[in-house]
Amino acid sequence: MSNSEDHDHDHDHDHDHTAPPSELELRVKALESLLIEKGLVNPETLNEIIDTYEHRVGPRNGAQVVAKAWTSAEFRQALLTDATDAVASLGFMGRQGEHLKVVANSDDVHNLVVCTLCSCYPWTVLGLPPAWYKSAPYRSRAVSEPRAVLAEFGTHLADTTRVQVWDSTAELRYLVLPQRPVGTEGWSEAQLAELVTRNAMIGVEVVNPPETNEVCG
Amino acid sequence: MIGAHDLGGKQGFGRVLSARNLDAIASDSPEPLFHAEWERRAFALTLATGMLGQWNIDESRHARENQEPQRYLDNSYYETWLVGLQKLLYAKGLLEREELESLPFAASVDIATNQSIQRHDRSTIEPPTPAKAAELLAKGGPTSLPELRQPKYAVGTKVQVLPMTHAGHTRAPQYVHGVTGIIYAINGVHIYPDANAHRRDEDTIVGEILYTVSFARVALFPSHASHAASGGGVSEDKRVRGSVTTTDASTIDKGNVKECNQDRVFVDLWEPYLTHD
Repeated sequence: MSNSEDHDHDHDHDHDHTAPPSELELRVKALESLLIEKGLVNPETLNEIIDTYEHRVGPRNGAQVVAKAWTSAEFRQALLTDATDAVASLGFMGRQGEHLKVVANSDDVHNLVVCTLCSCYPWTVLGLPPAWYKSAPYRSRAVSEPRAVLAEFGTHLADTTRVQVWDSTAELRYLVLPQRPVGTEGWSEAQLAELVTRNAMIGVEVVNPPETNEVCG
Repeated sequence: MIGAHDLGGKQGFGRVLSARNLDAIASDSPEPLFHAEWERRAFALTLATGMLGQWNIDESRHARENQEPQRYLDNSYYETWLVGLQKLLYAKGLLEREELESLPFAASVDIATNQSIQRHDRSTIEPPTPAKAAELLAKGGPTSLPELRQPKYAVGTKVQVLPMTHAGHTRAPQYVHGVTGIIYAINGVHIYPDANAHRRDEDTIVGEILYTVSFARVALFPSHASHAASGGGVSEDKRVRGSVTTTDASTIDKGNVKECNQDRVFVDLWEPYLTHD
């Protein structure tokens, strides 16, 4: 299964099709029409659902949570004690975020989140997961060889840093609290939130100091 | 069931970041949530029909994972959602077999299901309005139950995960079966998926205590002890995030990444999955 060279149909094993067969378009369209016709689906509700996850719920929510935890010791403590409540106090709650856990990175510990059985992900703070998070390579390898996976994302940790992998097998949803980068003293929450990436909140990356972009960009 | 979905620790899948989605490693790159319109519609249809309240999340997961392994692995993510949706619509009596077979490309219909068929009175089903849907999304569906029960295992206790004892749905991944770990946290009583995925209308909801169990990674995967890992890596030490510089395929080497024996894996497991070590 791992050899893609001798694999001649149009499926990829990383499950992130970019050119699906048109029969799927036709089939889904027909299923939608049938469900609407039978009164099982309200077409406007479909648009509401899509709009919610395309435009309203996404990783900027999580970035706000992280930035607040970086600037308020009290909020950070609340977040680590009861993340669901603390995150709800910022107005983020709902589906796939009913039971949140926040795991904090430090010099000694680096956290990484995966769902080996499906694609569980904290929707309320990160939105819908990226394709690679749902792919077989990530789901299979994040638990067995996390450092090799991290290296693919350009993340290299000291041997003395312990990697902690969280497999979301239940309805608990994990969000990584990255370390605040150096060189951000005195920054506002809004400025800090700009630095926080989705990948850092999944744990495949760290949040780099602001200088990195200036030097290399 | 130990199906193809149970991927933790399986080998041979290769790199996470294939050449095609390398741009995804630049976190700020605008990776589309949906890669085609049908994915967007399949997603929305799944959530919208889920709001009819005819099935629960565990039935939904089981409908997706209970596929022939080769089909599961071949299907893209939203194809699997579509498979699950069609099975549930049939199993719950919302659509008839003939209706599903009348859709274009019926050859791909796979509604074989071991989920019990429960015909409901469809006249009472009212699809949610956009406002009601927004309310349901914002409310979510907590799985914790307000039940007080004495946990069998205290934090710090050594526990062993039992082998799989039934062919139905479970959330104990195969890679922890038979392995000893330590109770890290007690998360209260949560709906028990193994029962909930197969719950009939007349059955009551079963809850069990949900623990977070901590395992030594090397105990789970002795073959990945402190040696060079197989995955390969990006040879640059630092990658520039959010700029025009992305890692191109030529910078990827086989890598020399070492896994470390102090690393740990935390898995959320219900009490019936566990026994005293």
